[in-house]
Amino acid sequence: MSRDTALVTADWVQEHLDDPKVVLVEVDEDTTSYDKGHIKGAIKLDWTTELQDQVRRDFVNKQQFEALLSGKGVGNDNTVVLYGGNNNWFAAYAYWYFKLYGHQDVKLLDGGRKKWELDSRELTDELPKREATTYTAQEQDKSIRAFRDEVVESIGVQNLVDVRSPDEYAGRLLAPAHLPQEQAQRAGHIPTAANVPWSKAANDDGTFKSDDELKQLYTEAGVDWGKDTIAYCRIGERSSHTWFVLRELLGQQKVKNYDGSWTEYGSLVGVPVALGDEAGEA
Amino acid sequence: MCGATKGGLSLDGIDVAKESVIQGQVLRGDEPVGNAYVRLLDRTGEFTAEVPTSATGHFRFFAAPGEWTLRTLAPQAETVDKQVVAQKGVVAEVAIPI
Repeated sequence: MSRDTALVTADWVQEHLDDPKVVLVEVDEDTTSYDKGHIKGAIKLDWTTELQDQVRRDFVNKQQFEALLSGKGVGNDNTVVLYGGNNNWFAAYAYWYFKLYGHQDVKLLDGGRKKWELDSRELTDELPKREATTYTAQEQDKSIRAFRDEVVESIGVQNLVDVRSPDEYAGRLLAPAHLPQEQAQRAGHIPTAANVPWSKAANDDGTFKSDDELKQLYTEAGVDWGKDTIAYCRIGERSSHTWFVLRELLGQQKVKNYDGSWTEYGSLVGVPVALGDEAGEA
Repeated sequence: MCGATKGGLSLDGIDVAKESVIQGQVLRGDEPVGNAYVRLLDRTGEFTAEVPTSATGHFRFFAAPGEWTLRTLAPQAETVDKQVVAQKGVVAEVAIPI
Protein backbone atom coordinates (compact mmCIF):
# COMPACT_ATOMS: atom_id res chain seq x y z
CA MET A 1 0.00 0.00 0.00
CA SER A 2 1.02 3.60 -0.40
CA ARG A 3 -0.35 7.10 -0.09
CA ASP A 4 -1.64 6.90 -3.68
CA THR A 5 -3.80 3.87 -3.04
CA ALA A 6 -4.81 4.31 0.61
CA LEU A 7 -5.59 8.00 0.81
CA VAL A 8 -7.81 10.36 -1.17
CA THR A 9 -8.11 14.12 -0.98
CA ALA A 10 -11.24 16.17 -0.37
CA ASP A 11 -11.06 17.23 -4.03
CA TRP A 12 -11.06 13.60 -5.12
CA VAL A 13 -14.13 12.91 -2.98
CA GLN A 14 -15.85 16.00 -4.37
CA GLU A 15 -15.25 14.72 -7.89
CA HIS A 16 -16.60 11.26 -7.04
CA LEU A 17 -19.75 12.28 -5.16
CA ASP A 18 -21.93 10.79 -7.89
CA ASP A 19 -19.66 7.87 -8.74
CA PRO A 20 -21.78 4.71 -8.20
CA LYS A 21 -18.69 2.62 -7.51
CA VAL A 22 -17.69 4.78 -4.54
CA VAL A 23 -19.36 4.42 -1.15
CA LEU A 24 -18.61 7.13 1.38
CA VAL A 25 -18.80 5.97 4.99
CA GLU A 26 -18.74 8.28 8.02
CA VAL A 27 -17.52 6.85 11.33
CA ASP A 28 -17.30 9.12 14.34
CA GLU A 29 -16.45 8.83 17.97
CA ASP A 30 -19.47 11.06 18.54
CA THR A 31 -21.99 8.85 16.80
CA THR A 32 -24.47 11.72 16.43
CA SER A 33 -22.16 13.80 14.19
CA TYR A 34 -23.49 12.20 11.03
CA ASP A 35 -27.03 13.15 11.94
CA LYS A 36 -26.04 16.82 12.15
CA GLY A 37 -24.82 16.76 8.55
CA HIS A 38 -22.63 14.52 6.42
CA ILE A 39 -21.06 14.41 2.97
CA LYS A 40 -23.65 13.84 0.27
CA GLY A 41 -24.36 10.17 -0.25
CA ALA A 42 -22.40 9.02 2.81
CA ILE A 43 -23.72 6.19 4.94
CA LYS A 44 -23.07 5.94 8.68
CA LEU A 45 -21.37 3.23 10.66
CA ASP A 46 -21.80 3.31 14.44
CA TRP A 47 -18.60 1.88 15.90
CA THR A 48 -20.20 1.24 19.30
CA THR A 49 -23.26 -0.70 18.18
CA GLU A 50 -22.39 -1.99 14.71
CA LEU A 51 -18.69 -2.86 14.89
CA GLN A 52 -18.57 -4.20 18.45
CA ASP A 53 -20.12 -7.37 19.77
CA GLN A 54 -22.74 -6.23 22.24
CA VAL A 55 -22.06 -8.94 24.82
CA ARG A 56 -18.37 -9.88 24.90
CA ARG A 57 -15.47 -7.53 24.23
CA ASP A 58 -14.70 -8.30 20.60
CA PHE A 59 -15.66 -7.36 17.09
CA VAL A 60 -18.74 -8.55 15.29
CA ASN A 61 -18.02 -11.87 13.62
CA LYS A 62 -17.71 -12.52 9.89
CA GLN A 63 -21.39 -13.32 9.42
CA GLN A 64 -22.46 -10.23 11.36
CA PHE A 65 -20.11 -8.04 9.33
CA GLU A 66 -21.49 -9.50 6.12
CA ALA A 67 -25.05 -8.82 7.26
CA LEU A 68 -24.10 -5.29 8.32
CA LEU A 69 -22.53 -4.32 5.00
CA SER A 70 -25.19 -6.10 2.95
CA GLY A 71 -27.88 -4.14 4.78
CA LYS A 72 -26.00 -0.89 4.26
CA GLY A 73 -25.77 -1.54 0.53
CA VAL A 74 -21.99 -1.98 0.36
CA GLY A 75 -20.78 -4.41 -2.30
CA ASN A 76 -17.52 -6.32 -2.47
CA ASP A 77 -16.50 -4.38 -5.58
CA ASN A 78 -17.22 -0.94 -4.12
CA THR A 79 -14.49 1.57 -3.37
CA VAL A 80 -15.13 2.33 0.30
CA VAL A 81 -13.97 5.80 1.36
CA LEU A 82 -13.97 6.35 5.11
CA TYR A 83 -13.96 9.65 6.93
CA GLY A 84 -14.85 10.93 10.36
CA GLY A 85 -14.25 13.39 13.12
CA ASN A 86 -11.41 13.46 15.65
CA ASN A 87 -8.79 13.57 12.90
CA ASN A 88 -10.09 10.31 11.45
CA TRP A 89 -9.41 8.21 14.55
CA PHE A 90 -12.50 6.10 14.16
CA ALA A 91 -12.43 6.22 10.38
CA ALA A 92 -8.90 4.77 10.55
CA TYR A 93 -10.22 2.19 12.98
CA ALA A 94 -12.95 1.28 10.49
CA TYR A 95 -10.35 1.20 7.68
CA TRP A 96 -8.33 -1.31 9.66
CA TYR A 97 -11.54 -3.22 10.38
CA PHE A 98 -12.46 -3.38 6.67
CA LYS A 99 -8.95 -4.65 5.97
CA LEU A 100 -9.30 -7.18 8.77
CA TYR A 101 -12.31 -8.65 6.97
CA GLY A 102 -10.58 -8.49 3.60
CA HIS A 103 -12.27 -5.62 1.76
CA GLN A 104 -10.09 -4.98 -1.27
CA ASP A 105 -10.61 -1.34 -2.13
CA VAL A 106 -10.79 0.89 0.92
CA LYS A 107 -9.44 4.40 1.32
CA LEU A 108 -9.33 7.18 3.88
CA LEU A 109 -10.30 10.79 3.18
CA ASP A 110 -7.20 12.79 4.15
CA GLY A 111 -8.16 15.17 6.97
CA GLY A 112 -11.55 13.58 7.44
CA ARG A 113 -14.59 15.54 8.42
CA LYS A 114 -12.57 18.41 9.90
CA LYS A 115 -10.72 19.16 6.68
CA TRP A 116 -14.00 18.95 4.77
CA GLU A 117 -15.61 21.43 7.16
CA LEU A 118 -12.62 23.77 7.29
CA ASP A 119 -12.73 23.89 3.49
CA SER A 120 -16.38 25.05 3.83
CA ARG A 121 -17.51 22.12 1.70
CA GLU A 122 -21.14 21.11 1.70
CA LEU A 123 -22.77 18.81 4.26
CA THR A 124 -26.30 17.50 3.96
CA ASP A 125 -28.82 15.86 6.26
CA GLU A 126 -30.38 13.94 3.41
CA LEU A 127 -30.14 10.19 3.95
CA PRO A 128 -28.89 8.13 0.99
CA LYS A 129 -30.89 5.21 -0.34
CA ARG A 130 -28.84 2.16 -1.24
CA GLU A 131 -30.06 -1.22 -2.44
CA ALA A 132 -29.11 -4.12 -0.21
CA THR A 133 -26.25 -6.29 -1.43
CA THR A 134 -24.92 -9.74 -0.69
CA TYR A 135 -21.59 -8.93 0.88
CA THR A 136 -19.02 -11.65 1.46
CA ALA A 137 -16.27 -11.05 4.01
CA GLN A 138 -13.01 -12.98 4.36
CA GLU A 139 -11.84 -14.65 7.55
CA GLN A 140 -10.10 -12.13 9.83
CA ASP A 141 -6.59 -11.28 8.67
CA LYS A 142 -4.74 -11.96 11.92
CA SER A 143 -1.54 -10.60 10.41
CA ILE A 144 -2.77 -7.09 11.24
CA ARG A 145 -4.33 -7.77 14.66
CA ALA A 146 -2.32 -8.34 17.83
CA PHE A 147 -3.57 -10.14 20.92
CA ARG A 148 -2.34 -9.86 24.50
CA ASP A 149 -0.02 -12.89 24.63
CA GLU A 150 1.85 -11.74 21.54
CA VAL A 151 2.12 -8.26 23.02
CA VAL A 152 3.68 -9.58 26.22
CA GLU A 153 6.11 -11.72 24.20
CA SER A 154 7.06 -8.75 22.05
CA ILE A 155 8.46 -6.71 24.95
CA GLY A 156 12.08 -5.98 24.12
CA VAL A 157 11.80 -8.00 20.89
CA GLN A 158 9.50 -6.10 18.50
CA ASN A 159 8.78 -2.41 18.11
CA LEU A 160 6.01 -1.39 20.47
CA VAL A 161 4.54 2.02 19.69
CA ASP A 162 2.33 3.63 22.30
CA VAL A 163 0.43 6.36 20.49
CA ARG A 164 -1.32 7.90 23.49
CA SER A 165 -0.51 11.33 24.87
CA PRO A 166 2.65 11.70 26.98
CA ASP A 167 0.57 12.00 30.16
CA GLU A 168 -1.23 8.73 29.46
CA TYR A 169 2.06 7.03 28.57
CA ALA A 170 3.68 8.18 31.78
CA GLY A 171 0.71 7.10 33.87
CA ARG A 172 -0.38 10.57 34.91
CA LEU A 173 -3.71 10.16 33.08
CA LEU A 174 -5.73 7.07 32.18
CA ALA A 175 -7.64 8.57 29.22
CA PRO A 176 -7.57 11.61 26.94
CA ALA A 177 -8.57 14.87 28.57
CA HIS A 178 -11.85 15.23 26.70
CA LEU A 179 -13.12 11.70 27.13
CA PRO A 180 -14.66 9.81 30.03
CA GLN A 181 -11.93 8.09 31.99
CA GLU A 182 -12.70 4.51 30.84
CA GLN A 183 -10.09 2.88 32.88
CA ALA A 184 -7.63 0.11 33.15
CA GLN A 185 -6.74 -1.06 36.65
CA ARG A 186 -3.24 0.39 36.35
CA ALA A 187 -1.75 3.41 34.62
CA GLY A 188 1.50 3.45 32.66
CA HIS A 189 2.79 1.76 29.52
CA ILE A 190 4.18 -1.51 28.20
CA PRO A 191 7.91 -1.61 28.97
CA THR A 192 10.15 -0.75 25.99
CA ALA A 193 7.29 0.92 24.08
CA ALA A 194 8.20 4.14 22.31
CA ASN A 195 5.78 7.00 22.85
CA VAL A 196 4.79 8.56 19.54
CA PRO A 197 1.46 10.33 20.05
CA TRP A 198 -0.79 9.79 17.02
CA SER A 199 -1.14 13.58 16.73
CA LYS A 200 2.49 13.92 15.68
CA ALA A 201 1.59 12.15 12.44
CA ALA A 202 -1.06 14.71 11.52
CA ASN A 203 -1.16 18.37 10.65
CA ASP A 204 -3.49 20.75 12.52
CA ASP A 205 -6.15 20.31 9.84
CA GLY A 206 -6.11 16.54 10.32
CA THR A 207 -4.29 15.66 7.09
CA PHE A 208 -1.32 13.32 7.34
CA LYS A 209 2.20 14.67 7.30
CA SER A 210 4.45 13.85 4.35
CA ASP A 211 6.07 10.44 4.04
CA ASP A 212 9.49 11.95 4.74
CA GLU A 213 8.27 13.68 7.91
CA LEU A 214 6.55 10.49 9.05
CA LYS A 215 9.58 8.31 8.43
CA GLN A 216 11.75 10.73 10.39
CA LEU A 217 9.24 10.89 13.25
CA TYR A 218 9.25 7.14 13.90
CA THR A 219 12.95 6.75 13.21
CA GLU A 220 13.78 9.39 15.82
CA ALA A 221 11.46 7.68 18.29
CA GLY A 222 13.53 4.52 17.95
CA VAL A 223 11.40 2.42 15.63
CA ASP A 224 13.63 -0.24 14.06
CA TRP A 225 12.40 -0.61 10.48
CA GLY A 226 13.82 -4.12 10.31
CA LYS A 227 11.54 -5.38 13.07
CA ASP A 228 7.84 -6.13 13.32
CA THR A 229 5.71 -3.50 15.00
CA ILE A 230 2.68 -3.45 17.28
CA ALA A 231 0.81 -0.18 17.85
CA TYR A 232 -1.51 0.36 20.79
CA CYS A 233 -3.40 3.11 22.57
CA ARG A 234 -6.32 2.89 25.01
CA ILE A 235 -9.03 1.06 23.05
CA GLY A 236 -7.36 0.61 19.65
CA GLU A 237 -8.75 3.54 17.68
CA ARG A 238 -5.85 6.02 17.85
CA SER A 239 -3.45 3.14 17.20
CA SER A 240 -5.41 2.35 14.04
CA HIS A 241 -4.42 5.83 12.89
CA THR A 242 -0.76 4.98 13.50
CA TRP A 243 -1.16 1.48 12.02
CA PHE A 244 -2.49 3.23 8.91
CA VAL A 245 0.55 5.49 8.79
CA LEU A 246 3.09 2.71 9.26
CA ARG A 247 1.55 0.08 7.02
CA GLU A 248 -0.57 1.89 4.48
CA LEU A 249 1.41 5.10 3.99
CA LEU A 250 4.96 4.00 4.77
CA GLY A 251 4.53 0.47 3.46
CA GLN A 252 5.80 -1.46 6.50
CA GLN A 253 4.39 -4.95 6.00
CA LYS A 254 4.49 -6.38 9.48
CA VAL A 255 2.50 -3.95 11.58
CA LYS A 256 -0.30 -5.00 13.89
CA ASN A 257 -2.87 -3.05 15.82
CA TYR A 258 -3.46 -4.20 19.39
CA ASP A 259 -7.14 -3.35 19.84
CA GLY A 260 -7.20 -4.63 23.42
CA SER A 261 -4.72 -1.82 24.08
CA TRP A 262 -4.23 -0.23 27.47
CA THR A 263 -7.73 -0.98 28.79
CA GLU A 264 -6.82 -4.67 28.47
CA TYR A 265 -3.08 -4.63 29.13
CA GLY A 266 -3.39 -2.31 32.13
CA SER A 267 -5.83 -4.73 33.74
CA LEU A 268 -3.87 -7.95 33.14
CA VAL A 269 -2.58 -9.72 36.22
CA GLY A 270 1.16 -10.18 36.46
CA VAL A 271 2.40 -8.37 33.37
CA PRO A 272 5.19 -5.77 33.58
CA VAL A 273 4.24 -2.09 33.54
CA ALA A 274 6.52 0.92 33.20
CA LEU A 275 5.74 4.30 34.75
CA GLY A 276 7.11 7.70 33.84
CA ASP A 277 8.42 9.20 30.64
CA GLU A 278 11.12 6.57 29.98
CA ALA A 279 10.44 3.45 27.93
CA GLY A 280 11.65 1.11 30.67
CA GLU A 281 13.52 -2.20 30.56
CA ALA A 282 12.42 -5.51 29.08
CA MET B 1 -26.77 20.83 23.88
CA CYS B 2 -25.60 23.47 26.23
CA GLY B 3 -27.49 26.66 26.78
CA ALA B 4 -26.22 29.82 25.13
CA THR B 5 -26.73 31.86 28.25
CA LYS B 6 -24.47 34.81 28.90
CA GLY B 7 -21.58 33.81 31.09
CA GLY B 8 -20.84 30.57 29.32
CA LEU B 9 -21.79 26.92 29.43
CA SER B 10 -23.98 25.50 32.15
CA LEU B 11 -21.96 23.74 34.83
CA ASP B 12 -24.92 21.69 36.04
CA GLY B 13 -23.84 18.23 37.02
CA ILE B 14 -20.13 19.03 37.11
CA ASP B 15 -18.23 18.89 40.36
CA VAL B 16 -16.25 22.05 39.69
CA ALA B 17 -14.26 21.71 42.91
CA LYS B 18 -12.63 18.51 41.55
CA GLU B 19 -12.00 19.68 37.99
CA SER B 20 -9.75 22.14 36.17
CA VAL B 21 -12.21 23.31 33.55
CA ILE B 22 -11.29 25.37 30.50
CA GLN B 23 -14.29 26.46 28.47
CA GLY B 24 -15.46 29.28 26.29
CA GLN B 25 -16.93 30.38 23.02
CA VAL B 26 -15.61 31.03 19.53
CA LEU B 27 -17.02 34.23 18.03
CA ARG B 28 -16.89 36.01 14.70
CA GLY B 29 -17.91 39.52 15.74
CA ASP B 30 -20.96 38.86 17.92
CA GLU B 31 -21.85 35.66 16.08
CA PRO B 32 -21.01 32.29 17.62
CA VAL B 33 -19.03 29.99 15.32
CA GLY B 34 -20.54 26.52 15.44
CA ASN B 35 -18.20 24.79 13.01
CA ALA B 36 -14.83 25.59 14.55
CA TYR B 37 -12.32 23.18 16.10
CA VAL B 38 -10.53 23.98 19.34
CA ARG B 39 -7.33 22.11 20.19
CA LEU B 40 -5.82 21.97 23.65
CA LEU B 41 -2.02 22.03 23.58
CA ASP B 42 0.11 21.47 26.65
CA ARG B 43 2.93 23.73 27.81
CA THR B 44 5.34 22.11 25.38
CA GLY B 45 2.94 22.63 22.48
CA GLU B 46 2.00 18.95 22.40
CA PHE B 47 -1.53 18.12 21.27
CA THR B 48 -3.66 16.99 24.19
CA ALA B 49 -7.25 17.12 22.97
CA GLU B 50 -9.53 18.65 20.38
CA VAL B 51 -13.27 19.33 20.28
CA PRO B 52 -15.61 20.77 17.64
CA THR B 53 -17.59 23.75 18.88
CA SER B 54 -21.29 23.33 19.60
CA ALA B 55 -23.96 25.12 17.54
CA THR B 56 -23.57 28.02 19.95
CA GLY B 57 -19.81 28.16 19.46
CA HIS B 58 -19.03 26.69 22.87
CA PHE B 59 -16.30 24.25 23.87
CA ARG B 60 -15.09 22.70 27.14
CA PHE B 61 -12.06 20.76 28.32
CA PHE B 62 -11.37 18.99 31.59
CA ALA B 63 -7.70 19.79 31.85
CA ALA B 64 -5.12 19.51 34.61
CA PRO B 65 -3.82 22.53 36.54
CA GLY B 66 -1.20 24.41 34.52
CA GLU B 67 -0.56 26.49 31.44
CA TRP B 68 -2.30 25.53 28.20
CA THR B 69 -2.74 26.88 24.70
CA LEU B 70 -6.07 26.85 22.91
CA ARG B 71 -5.59 26.65 19.13
CA THR B 72 -8.71 27.45 17.14
CA LEU B 73 -9.28 26.48 13.52
CA ALA B 74 -12.37 27.69 11.68
CA PRO B 75 -13.44 27.92 8.03
CA GLN B 76 -12.24 31.10 6.33
CA ALA B 77 -10.23 32.25 9.34
CA GLU B 78 -6.63 32.37 10.42
CA THR B 79 -5.59 29.97 13.16
CA VAL B 80 -5.85 31.67 16.58
CA ASP B 81 -3.72 30.71 19.61
CA LYS B 82 -4.74 31.77 23.13
CA GLN B 83 -2.87 31.05 26.35
CA VAL B 84 -4.88 30.01 29.39
CA VAL B 85 -4.10 28.88 32.93
CA ALA B 86 -6.19 26.08 34.42
CA GLN B 87 -6.63 25.74 38.16
CA LYS B 88 -8.39 23.06 40.14
CA GLY B 89 -11.76 24.30 41.35
CA VAL B 90 -11.74 27.24 38.93
CA VAL B 91 -13.54 27.50 35.58
CA ALA B 92 -11.34 29.34 33.10
CA GLU B 93 -13.70 31.12 30.67
CA VAL B 94 -12.12 32.06 27.35
CA ALA B 95 -13.70 34.06 24.54
CA ILE B 96 -11.98 33.44 21.21
CA PRO B 97 -12.59 36.03 18.50
CA ILE B 98 -11.65 34.90 15.00
